[in-house]
Amino acid sequence: MTTTAWIPALPLLAFLCNGLFGSFYPRRWSHRIATAAVLAALALSIGTVIGLVSHSGHGPFLYGDLYTWIAAGTFRVGVGIQVDPLTAMMLVVVTGISSAVHVYSTGYMEGDPGYRRFFTYLSLFTFSMLLLVLANNFLLLYVGWELVGVCSYYLIGFWYEKRSAADAGKKAFVVNRVGDFGFGLGIFLIWVTFGSLDYHTVFAQAHTIVGQHIALLGMEVPTLTLICLLLFVGAMGKSAQFPLHVWLPDAMEGPTPVSALIHAATMVTAGVYMVARCSTLFDLAPVAADVVAVVGGFTALFAASIGLVQNDIKRVLAYSTVSQLGYMFLAAGLGAYGAAAFHLMTHAFFKGLLFLCSGAVIHSVEHGFHAAGVHADPQDMRNMGGLRAQMPATYRTFVVGALAIAGIPPLAGFCSKDLILERAFAHGNALGTLLWGVGVAAALMTAFYMFRLIFMTFHGEGRYPAEAESKIHESPVSMTRPLVVLALFSCVAGIVGWPELLGGPSLVHMGEGILAFLAPAFGHGHAAHAHELSEAVAWGLMGLSVAVGVAGIAIAYALYVGRPERAVALGRAFPQVHRVLLNKYFVDELYDVIFVNAIKTLARLLHRGFDVFVIDGIVNGTAIIIRDIGAGLRPLQTGRVNNYATVMLTGFVVIAVVASATWL
Amino acid sequence: MSLPILSIVTFLPLVGAAAILFGVRRDNPAAARHVAFATSVVTFLASLPLAVRFDRTTAAMQFVETHAWIPSMGIRYHVGIDGITLLLILLTTLLSMIAILSTWTAVTTRVKEFMVAMLVLETSMIGVFIALDFFLFYLFWEAMLVPMYLLIGVWGGERRIYAAVKFFLYTLAGSVLMLVAILVLYVKSGRTFDIQTIAHLAPTFSPAMQGWIFAALFLAFAVKVPMFPFHTWLPDAHTEAPTAGSVILAGVLLKMGTYGFLRFAIPMCPDALPRFLPAIMLLSGVAIIYGALMALAQKDLKKLVAYSSVSHMGYITLGLFALNQQAMEGGILQMINHGISTGALFLLVGVIYERRHTRLISEFGGLTKVMPIYAVFFSIFTMSSIGLPGLNGFVGEFLTLVGVFHSQFRIFAVVGAFGIILGAGYMLWMFQRVMFNRLDNPKNFELKDMNVREFVVLAPLVVLAVWIGLYPDPFLAILHPTVNHLLAQAPVSVASLGPLP
Repeated sequence: MTTTAWIPALPLLAFLCNGLFGSFYPRRWSHRIATAAVLAALALSIGTVIGLVSHSGHGPFLYGDLYTWIAAGTFRVGVGIQVDPLTAMMLVVVTGISSAVHVYSTGYMEGDPGYRRFFTYLSLFTFSMLLLVLANNFLLLYVGWELVGVCSYYLIGFWYEKRSAADAGKKAFVVNRVGDFGFGLGIFLIWVTFGSLDYHTVFAQAHTIVGQHIALLGMEVPTLTLICLLLFVGAMGKSAQFPLHVWLPDAMEGPTPVSALIHAATMVTAGVYMVARCSTLFDLAPVAADVVAVVGGFTALFAASIGLVQNDIKRVLAYSTVSQLGYMFLAAGLGAYGAAAFHLMTHAFFKGLLFLCSGAVIHSVEHGFHAAGVHADPQDMRNMGGLRAQMPATYRTFVVGALAIAGIPPLAGFCSKDLILERAFAHGNALGTLLWGVGVAAALMTAFYMFRLIFMTFHGEGRYPAEAESKIHESPVSMTRPLVVLALFSCVAGIVGWPELLGGPSLVHMGEGILAFLAPAFGHGHAAHAHELSEAVAWGLMGLSVAVGVAGIAIAYALYVGRPERAVALGRAFPQVHRVLLNKYFVDELYDVIFVNAIKTLARLLHRGFDVFVIDGIVNGTAIIIRDIGAGLRPLQTGRVNNYATVMLTGFVVIAVVASATWL
Repeated sequence: MSLPILSIVTFLPLVGAAAILFGVRRDNPAAARHVAFATSVVTFLASLPLAVRFDRTTAAMQFVETHAWIPSMGIRYHVGIDGITLLLILLTTLLSMIAILSTWTAVTTRVKEFMVAMLVLETSMIGVFIALDFFLFYLFWEAMLVPMYLLIGVWGGERRIYAAVKFFLYTLAGSVLMLVAILVLYVKSGRTFDIQTIAHLAPTFSPAMQGWIFAALFLAFAVKVPMFPFHTWLPDAHTEAPTAGSVILAGVLLKMGTYGFLRFAIPMCPDALPRFLPAIMLLSGVAIIYGALMALAQKDLKKLVAYSSVSHMGYITLGLFALNQQAMEGGILQMINHGISTGALFLLVGVIYERRHTRLISEFGGLTKVMPIYAVFFSIFTMSSIGLPGLNGFVGEFLTLVGVFHSQFRIFAVVGAFGIILGAGYMLWMFQRVMFNRLDNPKNFELKDMNVREFVVLAPLVVLAVWIGLYPDPFLAILHPTVNHLLAQAPVSVASLGPLP
């Protein structure tokens, strides 16, 4: 227990040290302290995984409370941790990506006035994320959940002087709060149903409440289904699933290392983690699980389609993240939790890589533009082109990441995405087949938009003034080295889940592989019902998913390298479609009208119309009348005193009416 | 017989006030400040032994002192505390000390009188919490009004007279109702003012009689909370009050109302309670949403915080009247938390008000750049106010809502959870407009960051916010027996939905 507790404690100590005393020592010490802490946590996390592997991933797993946090009557919840294979995998992913981002940031944030503040937030985030995955009960999970959210808020708004950044941070927080509304109610319902919030108790008793119903809006709803759906609302917020996806693209206002760590690799996968963690519950609530799968599948396709036409390099990646998270929910909803978790891990590596690469591009282009006195958006790919000459290392690693996400064998994305598609197909019902089709279509789009990005950024002629050309150059070693490391993992991380069809993980000396390793962490519900696919079908599926990946790349090449004018013409040929996609289906505009502005208007109207006009208006109106009467009858009276007595009376009448209404 | 520690804590500020009144010359404001602050520090230190020596295993009144006072009327000097009042007294002595220190440079006119008013106010507030005799209670209750009225009316802003009169009359009208209820209870209980005796006898009165008594008490306290729709005095009072006045008003005075519910309305009228509950829960739910919406519409920082108080007090009344252990303990803890967080927010507004003499949100923006330390404090209390886990607000809010969810008024837990979204909305929007965005108002370019005194004023509240957030057990443990005892008096039928599986 104590060794494991050090994993989150180290970043926490780094946060406290830099936060409280950071101004007393040179700023380079702030990144040294933060980086040392996260590297040490990484080492301990790897040790944890090795420890579990040597036990073949079977229990008993570490589980216990450090202290009682909140207790009142029969309610009791502790601060406690649990380490099972799922947590162990998450520990390595979180500390691994975090380490890479820490190193990278020393280069990326160099010269930023908020350097120390940045590393302080990074440490706090790493701690919070580790707390989230280590928690042994729902409330502590919620604590980590909220803390990563608040770190995200501060880091999105890191350049707070920029209005759009401050707006984006606020938006992220509030949209997440909408999700947490569901999550919170889910936690209430879990406690009322089970009398506990501990994972052990809840999961062990889950089967006993199957068939139990609860009244909701006059309907009888299965309790377990409702719990799962409420929890999933939380997951939709955190993992940016439709219709709560709107905050993630805006979150790109944050520094790019933050986008890589928080908004691609770790925090946004918390929703997937949560659903996988609650696999026992979702297995017993098939309706809720289907909702998860459908929302995931829809989001995968929806976000990928938006990604097709975006011109901001980070926004393409943001929609790609939303889409890939959709894949994970698709898998989890179909009961393939292992596949979801596996994709979560591989995605963390290649998407973290892609973001850091895009950061390197933006960093160089921005400096180049700045040095050349060019005023242009350094994130807009229409201002780029031909950068592979200036940035060869970034280019090569970027291509590795793109090939991985496009599902080209033998890279990591191939193994995990293919597994998800195969499991969907093998699910054996219409829903599974439909979602398989959706997944294949989204895979085609993924390969296309990724290579559209590569070609627009690195190939062709530079679409910026010539004087900037010589000013754009490769990033410092502190930034390229993490890229190489992540590229390496994007190549090989898939082998822990090497397809059975190609010999399985044991072929590449990975024992039984990650699925077997993770299996003890999950319930074994309806996933077990999936059909075994015949070898021919399996080969066909794999061939198809590779084929769509290659096709996507080929189309992108034809449009953006072969004949760039064709891409423009294509957009002109379907102006409506292009406009809808470019404007993200106008979801933001819709929300602004029906939620944001409506609530603000309602607040203003209520304030002016009710609080000031009605309440104080009745007050003053009645007061004047009474004062006049009073003035006529008794000159001694000072108006105001009586006025408020009248107000009081009015209030009492209101409450008396309400009270007597309920009395009857 | 040990020291009459409660009386000492209660009357120490009064002694300090007398010392200033008679011992300090008007032209020596520094002396008045020093004596007042020293008095409040000593009072705070004197209140700490209450916590140390408090027996956490019993619901009985502790540190009881009882002396005959006016025997012919059955009036006694009878004081004592339980878990609820222990926490409230500690909050009072702490906030009084902090409030006095916060006025060091903010109050420059009639300093002597200001300090006397603050100290008299402290005595009467503590007196309200310790009184176990209705007459004594009423005396302190009314005594509390006068210094607060003066604080607003003399040291307030432009519309201070309006606000002070509004505050005074609203509260006075409530007090009149309370007085009627007290007199009825006095007569019906055989001419005793003893609160504990009455609490034993009152539940035996006829349900109709209990209904009238409850209605009178409820209205009296609802004004003080203030519950919707009696809240309109609050934004005015807060806006016009000097910073220290707002801190005490939000931190302690609003809690007088909820304390009244806990000590009188709930235990004395168990038969009447169920009939009123739906209305009370409804008003609480309305207050949460309505207060939040009002806060969204404000342009003045203090008004925004004032309306947020209406919303937060809605959670508290929701918790108290859900009548189960979790909700009630959550509600009481939230009384303390609101005192800490909202007190701190008013102090923070005071910091920039003292520099800029405006509270308009639109006058600010980008302050983080010039006031980084201030930004840290501001963000901590913003997060505390919107219930970030790890800070105090979350624990109380969660316990409240999980308890309400377990009561027959489940729907109001949903309302409360929805209010949390709005809470994040108005607080973060305010925070952005003040602390983020570009620093574009030239008047803000040279703003000085917080000085050492301001740091010292706010630091204890940060410590408390983190302490309660991470390890609330010492606070909750104080409450367990008292709340248990209180709920045992509440009507069983509404206490909860029944045992958990």
